[in-house]
Amino acid sequence: MADPILQISSVSKNFGGVVVLEDVSFVVEAGARHALIGPNGAGKTTMFNVISGVYQQNAGDVLFAGQNINDIPSRKRIALGMARSFQNIRLMPHLSVTENVMLGQHSQAGILDLLKPIMVMPRAHDKERAVELLDSFGLEAFQGRSVSELPYGVRKKIEVVRALMANPRLLLLDEPAAGLNVAETATLHDFLVEVAERGVTLLLVEHDMPFVNKLCETVTVMNFGRRIYDGPVSGLREDKNVLEAYLGADA
Amino acid sequence: MSGYLSGLIGILGINIIFAYSIYVTAATGQLNLGGAGFQAIGAYSCAVLSEMFGLSIPFLLLLSTIIGATVGFLIAFPILRTRGVYMVLATFAFAEIVAGVILNSDSLGGPTGLVLSDYIETDVIIWSTIGVVVFCFYLMSTRIGLAMRAVHDDEAVADLLGVNRRAVQVGAFAIGGALAGLSGGLYALYFGFVEAQYFNAFLSIFVLLYVLIGGTQTAWGALIGASFFTLVPELLRMGDDWRFFIFGVIIVVMMIWRPEGMVTRQAIDRITLKLFPVVRRHG
Ligand SMILES: Nc1ncnc2c1ncn2[C@@H]1O[C@H](COP(=O)(O)OP(=O)(O)O)[C@@H](O)[C@H]1O
Ligand SMILES: [Mg+2]
Repeated sequence: MADPILQISSVSKNFGGVVVLEDVSFVVEAGARHALIGPNGAGKTTMFNVISGVYQQNAGDVLFAGQNINDIPSRKRIALGMARSFQNIRLMPHLSVTENVMLGQHSQAGILDLLKPIMVMPRAHDKERAVELLDSFGLEAFQGRSVSELPYGVRKKIEVVRALMANPRLLLLDEPAAGLNVAETATLHDFLVEVAERGVTLLLVEHDMPFVNKLCETVTVMNFGRRIYDGPVSGLREDKNVLEAYLGADA
Repeated sequence: MSGYLSGLIGILGINIIFAYSIYVTAATGQLNLGGAGFQAIGAYSCAVLSEMFGLSIPFLLLLSTIIGATVGFLIAFPILRTRGVYMVLATFAFAEIVAGVILNSDSLGGPTGLVLSDYIETDVIIWSTIGVVVFCFYLMSTRIGLAMRAVHDDEAVADLLGVNRRAVQVGAFAIGGALAGLSGGLYALYFGFVEAQYFNAFLSIFVLLYVLIGGTQTAWGALIGASFFTLVPELLRMGDDWRFFIFGVIIVVMMIWRPEGMVTRQAIDRITLKLFPVVRRHG
């Protein structure tokens, strides 16, 4: 069998004396739509930061497509094929939508690409690719716009499109549905299904359980920095630990 | 060309190049309040090399640029350990140290300065300015320029997108040092005289204000800012006291109405759209 795309193996992380991740392990198979859920403060975002290299774990290993990436700096991880979004949208405020998306391609640019005046070339390949990708997700209307003037839901999608520009094999999404209304959540669902169908593995942190149920097959649940469940989404409802974590100890 | 007019064009060109030296770092989100120090290094390098070795003009300007770039590159490492207001203070301190060294070394003329026997005409400045402006517009239109603006907006995310933020920041200081060095070399050769007093704290403040008030979002800002603040006081025939006053008023007005500078990206977009309505907007 092929290596899983992502393997988290006994990862621990503490800040000062505070233990935020404690011996967490899970696996994301290539092509999966995997959710990482848990109450606020469980350590989900910290796990994303460890995976993407923002933080170095204190113990344990992160393997990407079978390769241990503990020592690969954050900047070089996107070129391996993993890209992410952020819990609070982090588009570049002074770059237009197209420029933000073009930036997503940075990891693939060679020296010569760096020197081409792509912003003024009318048919620059990089720009056309960005526009095509925006088009393919129905976002063409926003191309030249300043990101600050766009609705929240659109900005969330653009952040995902920016990540997709890197041709990732694994996409990490931190609460993509948070702050979206019902209609926006439905379009996000279709959007992510579309992304997954293009062959991208999804790992998403999400609070919206109906959303997770609909989109994902497998799930890892964390509470207080520890993994308390790992398995099919369908098994969540009967799991004692999960019920306790979400409903309190008496449940 | 009258002497007055060519003198004005000369100082305008020098100021524009100088402003671009500060712009390049500001575009990546770093404020350099030590411009005068970098310019002084270029000017004094040029003066000393001219007197000691009698090099040709192109060679003198090239060396001023290279020395400026080297100093910018080296000073970037300690300066980049600081952030925000501390970076501003660090660059300021750098310029003070440069001034202090010049004032206290006899071989650099101390407070009396140095006289050069080489000189350039205004056209050298004009061509240098055109070259620098074209270079900066080109730079900002490449993926490097995009990466610079990304580092300005969000270093951490730029890093995760694969941008080598360290290289961008150090590179910006090196290019900034090069341009400041060139502007200093041109200054020395144009006026035939360098003295430490000229490269004072106010010069550093002025050139940073040219850039901040002109706007750091596009390469137009430094050009417009430097031109405006060189020409307007001249045209109104104002002395230095009035220059301060005008600066003060403009800064307050700008903070209220155009906090992002005179020239913003949106303004450029709007003008482009007016001039070329058929062209589909990309950027
Ligand atoms: N950089 C940090 N320094 C100190 N504590 C942190 C840091 N980042 C996260 N934490 C703490 O780690 C815990 C988990 O945070 P986080 O990973 O954001 O949780 P989640 O995303 O699951 O809501 C929280 O208690 C938070 O305060
Ligand atoms: Mg979180």
